[in-house]
Amino acid sequence: MSEVKPDLVDVQIDGVWHRFPKGTRLIEACRQVGAEVPHYCYHPKLTSPGNCRMCLVETGMPPRSAPGAESPQPDESGHLPIVWMPRPVIACANTVAPNMGVRTTSPLAEECRKGVMEFLLANHPLDCPICDQVGECTLQEYSVEHGKGESRFREQKVKKPKNVAVGPRVRLDDERCIMCSRCIRFTDEIADDPVLGFTDRGSHTVLTVYPGRELANNYSLNTVDICPVGALTSNDFRFQMRVWFMRETDTIDVNCATGANITVFSRQNKIYRIVPRRNNDVNSDWMPDSHRLNFHWIDSEARLTEPMVKEHGRHRAATWSEALAKTAEKLASLSGSEIAVIASARMTNEELFLVRHLVRQLGATQIDIVPRMGEGDGYLISADRNPNTNGARLVLGLARPGDGLDRVRSEIEQGRIKAVLCFQENLVEDGGFSPELLGKLDFLLASYPLAHSTTGLADVVLPGACWAEKSGTMVNVTGRLQRLNKAVDGPGETREPWEILRDLIASLGGDSGVTSVAEIFRQIAAEVTEFKGLAWGQIGDLGLPLIETGETIPALEREKQRKAAGLIVG
Amino acid sequence: MFTVPQDLEAEIDERITHYPVSKRSAVLPVLHHLQQHFGYLSEEAVEWTAAKLGLEPIKVLEVVTFYPGFRQEAPGKYHIRVCRTLSCAMAGSHELMDSLCEKAGIDRSGVTHHHPIAVSPDGKFSIEFAECLASCGFGPVCMVNDDFHEAVTDAEGLLKQYS
Repeated sequence: MSEVKPDLVDVQIDGVWHRFPKGTRLIEACRQVGAEVPHYCYHPKLTSPGNCRMCLVETGMPPRSAPGAESPQPDESGHLPIVWMPRPVIACANTVAPNMGVRTTSPLAEECRKGVMEFLLANHPLDCPICDQVGECTLQEYSVEHGKGESRFREQKVKKPKNVAVGPRVRLDDERCIMCSRCIRFTDEIADDPVLGFTDRGSHTVLTVYPGRELANNYSLNTVDICPVGALTSNDFRFQMRVWFMRETDTIDVNCATGANITVFSRQNKIYRIVPRRNNDVNSDWMPDSHRLNFHWIDSEARLTEPMVKEHGRHRAATWSEALAKTAEKLASLSGSEIAVIASARMTNEELFLVRHLVRQLGATQIDIVPRMGEGDGYLISADRNPNTNGARLVLGLARPGDGLDRVRSEIEQGRIKAVLCFQENLVEDGGFSPELLGKLDFLLASYPLAHSTTGLADVVLPGACWAEKSGTMVNVTGRLQRLNKAVDGPGETREPWEILRDLIASLGGDSGVTSVAEIFRQIAAEVTEFKGLAWGQIGDLGLPLIETGETIPALEREKQRKAAGLIVG
Repeated sequence: MFTVPQDLEAEIDERITHYPVSKRSAVLPVLHHLQQHFGYLSEEAVEWTAAKLGLEPIKVLEVVTFYPGFRQEAPGKYHIRVCRTLSCAMAGSHELMDSLCEKAGIDRSGVTHHHPIAVSPDGKFSIEFAECLASCGFGPVCMVNDDFHEAVTDAEGLLKQYS
């Protein structure tokens, strides 16, 4: 099938002629050429009700001559003259037309914005100093850019409900709401949980959750992200930190194989919130609440902060060199067939590559990962709860991840396997290894960010950095290669898993020859077929397709249909 | 228990067939039928309508709360609506409201934007302000159920017609 070239139309924006595909919304056309049109209710992933009126622009078309009169002649650039219409139109719901003119900064457009801003602020409480949205509030931003600077409204402001728990994770301040209806459309169109609506329409309009219901679906916090003002706030994040103090790190979510693109907000090494980041090939603009909020354990008391070795049945703190030396000494006394390595599909490709190196060096024959299968939610949560199963397949060469675990268990039972090296997994909780079985081992090494039932049994415990404290690459469920970026430093003596593996290899007398994650990626690109020719810098913030898995992400498929049907811009 | 009688439901079902393109368009007529029968629209009535039309209850509640003509609280046997728009206000609609309340023993102190209706203790009369009832030349005007009354000066006489 040959690609159909879309019909292009000439449109003049702020005096300059551009060319856009037919059907392009004016607001998108303007954005593409750098003439951002202010807006509240418009969102490319939702339908456009055109109710905020903030995106009004001045438009014009060629004149239509009276019957018999001479028709207008094109100028030397080939364009017809434009007759400007006396009334503005909304840029979000109108599309480009041939020879159309758009003015985004004309006195008419500016006057419209001033008027809309004055109305929006008439009943607004102006409580910016105590509002959680301050610093990322479009009402605030547009007030500076397009507002009048003073209000002519002298009457009593309408009182509306405040501090309303619309759901377990979301809080509503109705006085701050500007009735853009983005949250209502999100719950209707994306989350399939239409519990929000406007009641008492008029000057008393309030956003309401239907009596007896609540906004409790696992995507509820996305309404907080798309709320342009401080009306909807997150119970988890509100009043924790001013947004301008935080550092933003673009990275990926590791709670399932979807690998939602996210931004981690941190300050002074503490993570305060996680929000989804737009990637139209992965998570669109959304992410599940369960994934978003799963970060508080990162600075919990259960974090391992120093290496430990077991002596006389009890753990004591040790230095890295001591713990590594003890491991090397033990492993040197065993043959490769007596050692099993259990890595994790929560590890990055780079870490898994060093695991492969370690396995070769030890001559070990048993290497596997712990599969973590659940049920997909039909939106963004993949049935595979490991973020990098595809990476483990490619880098470790595992045909069917998890299939070797039974053999490892039985060989431990038979005494043939005497040592297990466990990286980033909990064998007791998730791997199906009983404490009694692990008790039969001569040597158990466990590396994990948190203390858990397996680290409690280990002879040597190595504290590893968690996903937010390390960099690397992963391959998601659709086969997309994505980058994990370090947002904060690990606590105490924690080391990044790749460093631990590098040091372990070195203490066993080997040399991985790597000094950085990017360096390991270069080695992967040289050795693993699917990665051939790829460079670290090429992956970018949005990743790139690496392999075909035949898997799709349900939420994206629905979005594609809605886009094809012309319901959304996408 | 909220039960819609069979004949009313049949009537409503027939009415819905007048809106073949979108059942949502039938929200208003269905609500009118229910209010006419029950006197007001309870939560159950909202949910019944939503289920009937395959809508989410919030979509029906949005409509109910938009129109002042839809009541969410039970009125008295005779529901009085007094016009308070400009012409009637100038012709004495607030005085009419006061005297109607006095004669019917209605206490309007609990009336708010969200609870516009006040009911007499015996449940016989209820009262609320309404916007323009379209007889601006003959204020003050009011409606008692579906009866229209113009230039009302004698509150007691009006109430007596409904004793």
